[in-house]
Amino acid sequence: MAGRYDAIVIGGGHNGLVNAAYLARAGRRVLVLERRPRVGGAAVTEEIFPGFKFSMFSYVVSLLRPEIIRDLDLPAHGLHILPLESSVTPMPNGDYLGAWADHDQTRLEIARHSPRDAEAYDEYGRLMHHMAHAVKPILGMLPPDPASLSPRDLAGLLKLGRHFRSLGAERFHALFKLMTMSSADFLDEWFETDVLKATKSASGIIGTFLGPRSPGTAYVLLHHYMGELDGVFRAWGFAKGGTGAVSEAIAAAARGFGAEIRTDAAVTHVLTAGGRVTGVALESGEEIAAGTVVSSLDPRRTFLELVDAADLPAAFADDIRRFTFRGSSAKVNLALGALPSFTCMPGEGPHLRGAISISPSMAYVERAYDDAKYGAFSRRPYMDIVFPSMIDPGMAPPGKHVMSIFVQYAPYHLTGGWNDQQREALGDAVITALEEFAPNIRSCIEGRQVLTPADIERITGLSEGNIFQGELALHQLFFLRPAPGWARFRTPVGRYYQCGSGTHPGGGIMGASGRLAALAVLADGA
Amino acid sequence: MIEVPRTTPFHPRTAPLCVSRAWRRWAGYAVASSYELLHDREYHAIRNSAALIDVSPLYKYLVTGRDAAHLLDRVVTRAVPAMKVGQVLYTTWCDAAGKVIDDGTLARLAEDRFRLTSAEPNLRWLSLNAAGLDVTIQDVSDTTAAVALQGPLARTILQQCTEADVAGLKYFRLIHGSIRGIDVAISRTGYTGDLGFEIWAAAVHAVPLWDALRAAGADYGLTPAGILALDLARVEAALMLQDVDYISAHRALIESQKSSPFELNLGWTVDLAKERFVGHDALAAERARGEADGAWRFVGIEAEWDSLERLFAEVGLPPRLPTQAWRTSVPVTAGGTQVGYATSGCWSPLLKKSIALAHVPAEYAVAGTRLGIEVTVEHHRRQAAARVVPTPFFDPPRKRGSA
Repeated sequence: MAGRYDAIVIGGGHNGLVNAAYLARAGRRVLVLERRPRVGGAAVTEEIFPGFKFSMFSYVVSLLRPEIIRDLDLPAHGLHILPLESSVTPMPNGDYLGAWADHDQTRLEIARHSPRDAEAYDEYGRLMHHMAHAVKPILGMLPPDPASLSPRDLAGLLKLGRHFRSLGAERFHALFKLMTMSSADFLDEWFETDVLKATKSASGIIGTFLGPRSPGTAYVLLHHYMGELDGVFRAWGFAKGGTGAVSEAIAAAARGFGAEIRTDAAVTHVLTAGGRVTGVALESGEEIAAGTVVSSLDPRRTFLELVDAADLPAAFADDIRRFTFRGSSAKVNLALGALPSFTCMPGEGPHLRGAISISPSMAYVERAYDDAKYGAFSRRPYMDIVFPSMIDPGMAPPGKHVMSIFVQYAPYHLTGGWNDQQREALGDAVITALEEFAPNIRSCIEGRQVLTPADIERITGLSEGNIFQGELALHQLFFLRPAPGWARFRTPVGRYYQCGSGTHPGGGIMGASGRLAALAVLADGA
Repeated sequence: MIEVPRTTPFHPRTAPLCVSRAWRRWAGYAVASSYELLHDREYHAIRNSAALIDVSPLYKYLVTGRDAAHLLDRVVTRAVPAMKVGQVLYTTWCDAAGKVIDDGTLARLAEDRFRLTSAEPNLRWLSLNAAGLDVTIQDVSDTTAAVALQGPLARTILQQCTEADVAGLKYFRLIHGSIRGIDVAISRTGYTGDLGFEIWAAAVHAVPLWDALRAAGADYGLTPAGILALDLARVEAALMLQDVDYISAHRALIESQKSSPFELNLGWTVDLAKERFVGHDALAAERARGEADGAWRFVGIEAEWDSLERLFAEVGLPPRLPTQAWRTSVPVTAGGTQVGYATSGCWSPLLKKSIALAHVPAEYAVAGTRLGIEVTVEHHRRQAAARVVPTPFFDPPRKRGSA
């Protein structure tokens, strides 16, 4: 084979790096090309204000596949996932709902709101555990195409069918409900405590342009339940050094296997000849040859920007054009001189080592969506807040803190478009909404960074600022991610592969797409 | 913020007594593992004089209303309408597939008033089954203090502090009365397999109740006992423990973790003559199948001393046996192959026997069947000869006998 490289990976986000690491581990000569000066994509740690380090975009780790941690020996390259043990939802009346690491503590806390819900919570947890267990093997499986009659697809479907049958009737029914219901309706079947349902439902809307009452959101509840660390279910974590440290660890592993990583190297085009890739062209004009090219970018960039329309079947290109992004979330990063005091739990306390969820009621979350439906950002948004410096003191100067606020909804297609004024208006809305629960928040702030979906797109390249490289909605999952017939990491262009979150199983710092795509490349004999 | 573990209503008295500082968690509460540094004396009090055991962490539900008996009859496997006021039943309850959800005691406090105790929360299950019934279900776990007075002198001690007719109180019956002015219910029940009572009172009266019982028992060797002592006694009595000897159908992760009452040696609690109760059809079908392939049984087994002694002698040691009851799954073999597993066991200080509660296929469940049980001898896994024996291992006449 001509050239120095067997394979080029476009994009040094976590999936691109995972992909490169697996290819290099299999002895391939791999080059990763990253547009930005640093690797990580949306999993980067940056010192935005002097001494204050932020996981700028993605901020928690829940889904990173254990086999990737093992195969790439990531702990040896510095990966340390610290537990994020609790979640507290402040309520307007000064009360709160907490979920703690200790089972008894959580049970008694929920019983304070509803004894029946406390018991239902355990059953719900077990059901979701089962469902996650049932769906988990699918994450590691190449998705079969039910419309195909090829023996491999039929065998895959049969395996999947057997798998579902082994669930037993009760669980199969639950899975069907999860696939079809809204998270609000699904949670109504289980719980009566509004604040509990609101907080749970929030995980069904993250990264989608849907409200808790939109059908299909129940599945996303489950998707987020599959977080697995060291084989422990539902163990959300915070990477020491921020999510950038995850990317750095994967990059170090990839380099250790011999992969080469170039930053400040934006790819503008994938070169093809006779329906096969031959290499890539960079912004600088440089061309690099390789027999295999893997794109970790989202489906829109992978197919509609990097390759010529003439190289793609028209119907496929049309499917990709219809693949929805609709970024719906923003990020506010605060440098704090002091910790905010929440009315429900004044002063410092264990709640600041976990997540704070601003989801006081189902109506609050749905109303937040109502604003977004009509092109505005939520006046009072759903927020998921963590204080990484409470867990990893290295994130902020001594005695000071960093606060990460995930904000939904902030639609990419804002009426009138995003500009500096709108950005700051969103930042102000977030702080004002927070003041209801933490009245002193404003006085704690030493620095504020607001990242709108437009900013996320501009900085990371994620189309429309969608954090999952495409909405996590049922019509865009499994064999439909990103397009029917092309969910197995291959593409209509010979030896051109896709490995981003826009492919199955997608979403979160999971790395599964990167790994599965590498296995597909290797299976094809690259 | 909810403080865990919580303390029981007796804590102001039990805390200073707990010189061992060994606490363990039970249903979110802190209870003493042993009060003294060693639990031996506490165990022997149960069998020799009397022990006072804080059992407040039990889940307790008050079921009242016109349809209270109807609801409970629908849920539990035993017949409730036939219960007399003042009667207590030990019972299981199952899911629709006939797999055990929980077990506990059910006391008929009045015609339309029952108290159900359980190992795990059951409010949701009871409520689900109460649809359309005129019944109120209250979780009184926090507001009801419960203390067990167990041992050969338990009756004598009670008689020192109450006018209630304790002498006439039969096994698994309950009376209302007063102890030093405190309203109590006294049931002749317990978890030790000995003569004993459980005393139920409003949580606010727990401390004076404890003091009254301690004072009444001072001359009779009454000893506060912790969970380690209780655990030994309950193994000797072959009383099973949820999450140790079986897994609730509501908590099982896979089908094979679930058990029917028949598989737990609790077939006697299944009243198929009742027309309807949750799990009835599945249990009727199971009884009809009898000991067909795949049927499991829960039995008592006894490891043979000579065999244990021999295994240890081979490495030059005398038999080394645990002083505490164990709660780990231990393989049970037949002809050298694993056929079942023991889930709890102990060296009985009274019987001087190594005993265990084990799950085995029905074909190995007949008393006298020769089996093996794994023992770890100086870091090596060995099999001691054992055999199936009738349970309870220890069953003194005083347990049921009259005064």
